[in-house]
Amino acid sequence: MEALPARARAYVAGVALLALLCLLPLPVLPSPGLPPGGHVPWTPVLLLAALYAGCERVARSRLVAAPYPGGVFHPVLLAGASLLPPQAAALVALPGALLLPVEQRPHRVRRLWRAGRLVLAVWAASRTHLAAGGRDAVADCDVPGALAAAGAAVAAFCLVLTLLDGGLPSAAGAPPRGRRTAAAADWSGRFLRTLAPLTVHGLAGLMMALLWRSAYGPVAALLVLLPMGVSWWAFAQAHRERAAHQATIRALVQAVDIKDGYTRGHSERVGRASMMIARELGLDDERVEMLRFAGILHDVGKLGVPTRLLTKNGPLTAEERRVIELHPEYGHEMVRGISFLGEARAAVLHHHERLDGSGYPYGLAGGQIPESARVVAVADAFDAMTSTRSYSRARPVPVALEELRRCAGSHFDPRMVGALVRAVGRTGWHPAVTADESRTTAVPGPAARSLTDRPGARR
Amino acid sequence: MRPRLHTVVHVCAAVLAAGSLGSTLHDGVEDRGAALAFGLLVTVGELTRRGGTLIREAAPLAAAGSLSYALLGEIAGRPAQHGAAQVVTVVLAASLLGSVPHVGRGDGHALDAPARRVLAVGFVAVCFQPLSGRGAFDDWGGPAHALLLLALLSLSALCDAVLAAALARSRTGWPFLPMLRDELRALPGIAAAVLATGAVMALGVAVVGLWALPVFSVPLLLAQLSYRRYAAVRATYRQTIASLARATEIAGYTPAGHARRVAALSRAVGRDLGLTEPELIVLEHAALMHDIGQLSLVDPVPAGATAVLPVTEQRRIALLGGAVVRQTGVDPRVARIVERQADPHGEQPLAARIVRVVNAYEEKSREGGPGGPLTALEDLRLAAAGEYAPEVVDALARVLSRNTEEAREYPDRSR
Repeated sequence: MEALPARARAYVAGVALLALLCLLPLPVLPSPGLPPGGHVPWTPVLLLAALYAGCERVARSRLVAAPYPGGVFHPVLLAGASLLPPQAAALVALPGALLLPVEQRPHRVRRLWRAGRLVLAVWAASRTHLAAGGRDAVADCDVPGALAAAGAAVAAFCLVLTLLDGGLPSAAGAPPRGRRTAAAADWSGRFLRTLAPLTVHGLAGLMMALLWRSAYGPVAALLVLLPMGVSWWAFAQAHRERAAHQATIRALVQAVDIKDGYTRGHSERVGRASMMIARELGLDDERVEMLRFAGILHDVGKLGVPTRLLTKNGPLTAEERRVIELHPEYGHEMVRGISFLGEARAAVLHHHERLDGSGYPYGLAGGQIPESARVVAVADAFDAMTSTRSYSRARPVPVALEELRRCAGSHFDPRMVGALVRAVGRTGWHPAVTADESRTTAVPGPAARSLTDRPGARR
Repeated sequence: MRPRLHTVVHVCAAVLAAGSLGSTLHDGVEDRGAALAFGLLVTVGELTRRGGTLIREAAPLAAAGSLSYALLGEIAGRPAQHGAAQVVTVVLAASLLGSVPHVGRGDGHALDAPARRVLAVGFVAVCFQPLSGRGAFDDWGGPAHALLLLALLSLSALCDAVLAAALARSRTGWPFLPMLRDELRALPGIAAAVLATGAVMALGVAVVGLWALPVFSVPLLLAQLSYRRYAAVRATYRQTIASLARATEIAGYTPAGHARRVAALSRAVGRDLGLTEPELIVLEHAALMHDIGQLSLVDPVPAGATAVLPVTEQRRIALLGGAVVRQTGVDPRVARIVERQADPHGEQPLAARIVRVVNAYEEKSREGGPGGPLTALEDLRLAAAGEYAPEVVDALARVLSRNTEEAREYPDRSR
């Protein structure tokens, strides 16, 4: 993403210009919301702006390393929106958004974009809050009134952010006409995803505003940020730990690779094929993810098989074959302690069962075989056929699919085979792409995603 | 027999609770609305408790609610009427009510948490309520008042940390200072959020009345959720590492349960030697995976006993293991420990020394039959200089002699 398309640059410039218009009446024009003298209350503006910039700085430091860039300390902005006139409230966001470093190039455009969208959103929230009569409610300590006004302000804040972010991808590359409805659904989904965390931010902002106005002053308002900060820290830690965890799961697989060089990459590819089948079957995201793990881990039991047998060239004796056929049970023994794997554990145990009951280890037939195992069995056979092994050359994809179709009903579940055929027919089979890369690019609009920084975005 | 500290603490808490209850029954309950609202908050907070005592501050909302009730001087601008005794009574009653669903779980140390809560709340209330009732803070400005609350809460948190460390020592005999260090180190996390929420709630109620309670508990609930998620991810991670460690057992390289036993014993020895909680986690993971290098061997070592191999071979396996661990994305410190477990102890980091000694002890005591443990310990003491670090062997001996039921059952916060 070295260079942004010209349309995106123009869009950012437009947003920045609008933001400037929001800030402009500040010194010159008397405008609604300003106190009668027309003076901006500079002390709270400076305090809040410093607070916002400082908190964001801390959130970016190594200590916290928040997984989502920016958008962490919205309570400060929302407190400003309910305390200050709209222009002044918008000013609060400016120093933090402009000065803090951005990770990706082009830096200047990104900073401008970050500042522009925040200024516009805060201005809108503050105007809404003013129109909903929130200022009086906060001053009179009328909590229901203040809650209603804060709710309206949060909705406005969220709406502006969503609209601005949603406008960006269409500026970067206009979607085809047929996708319009999908885009609308995407927008509403994005709005709802952003709204949930922002509601909590709005409540915290309201608390800050109430305490700021009270006799206890800004000191008490600062304390509100502490629980929020702690929860973001825990969130970031959980995120980091989960990344380490994913890497460790992969290590289980690499341990197999150490023993059996020929299967290198096989596990990841089976994970990918299982995921394709699961998507095609219309399973929910959680089960798709589970089946990816099932595919990745299906051969982990080969760790228990002596290396000599796995790397043996030439035909195996009946005895040796029996030892190798123990690997599903070894694998199940290893992963059964990992509770989050759920049905993937059954897949590890049963991925060599056949529909007619001639498989191993238990000789289950038909519906007795867990669904996850039937998915992994097809994915495993498909990848085994399309990659080079010690005993056979790689076959072309269509030949492999034809072979699967031939064995459907006797070895494999025809539903899973059909799903794989459809999925491969639509997207093709790219064995070089690992499961993880496909996961990151599967999310629509990566170009836009790197520019927008939504608070509620997960990972 | 001298009474043990945790008994003394429980008796103190019980006396305080009984005294407060008696005094409240005698004087009646003031400000019933506020008492009811705070009681409800604490009860709800207790009901959201999860994970028993395993997570530090398992019921943060209840803790924050009780502290803020103790610090309540005004309600929506008018002075509050309740005294310290009423605070303790309300908190106690609500905590008991809220923990009814948890009673059946049979938590052996269930008494420690309520005793600490009663003592902490009693301390804060006794410091604050009489002075506030007499109007001692009336000429303090607003911000100064907020800072006073914060100072008082911080003091109570410090006392609570000391008490928690002392209780743990009295139960298990673990050294006091490292425990205290762990308790203090945990303060900036959820404990700080609890303190801040306690102070903010008291101030919020003073400004806007009881409306503040539901509004102000939202951020803390969010923090609790995040923490719980973090704990869940950590637990899953631990399961995965333990499973990875079992690979060598299933492959027939090491006997079943070896890695788990070495990890548990290493942890105990590390605690005895005063390692901090993060160091203990690294040590435990390294101990779980210390044999993983054997996976790279074409033929298994007999019975997986690496301690009897020639040193060069031991070192080769250790390096192979380090290479495997390094690929896994586990903390690189774990890989370093696994790599250096076969070096002479003078050059090893402490954690690697512990893993080496405990691994050798586990292997030797297993072979030795019934008298195995003692001969194994003797063997380690007499082994050629440079193999096993004497201070670690001493610590191991202490841990083994102390290995009572109580120490094993004591809730381990890292899990």
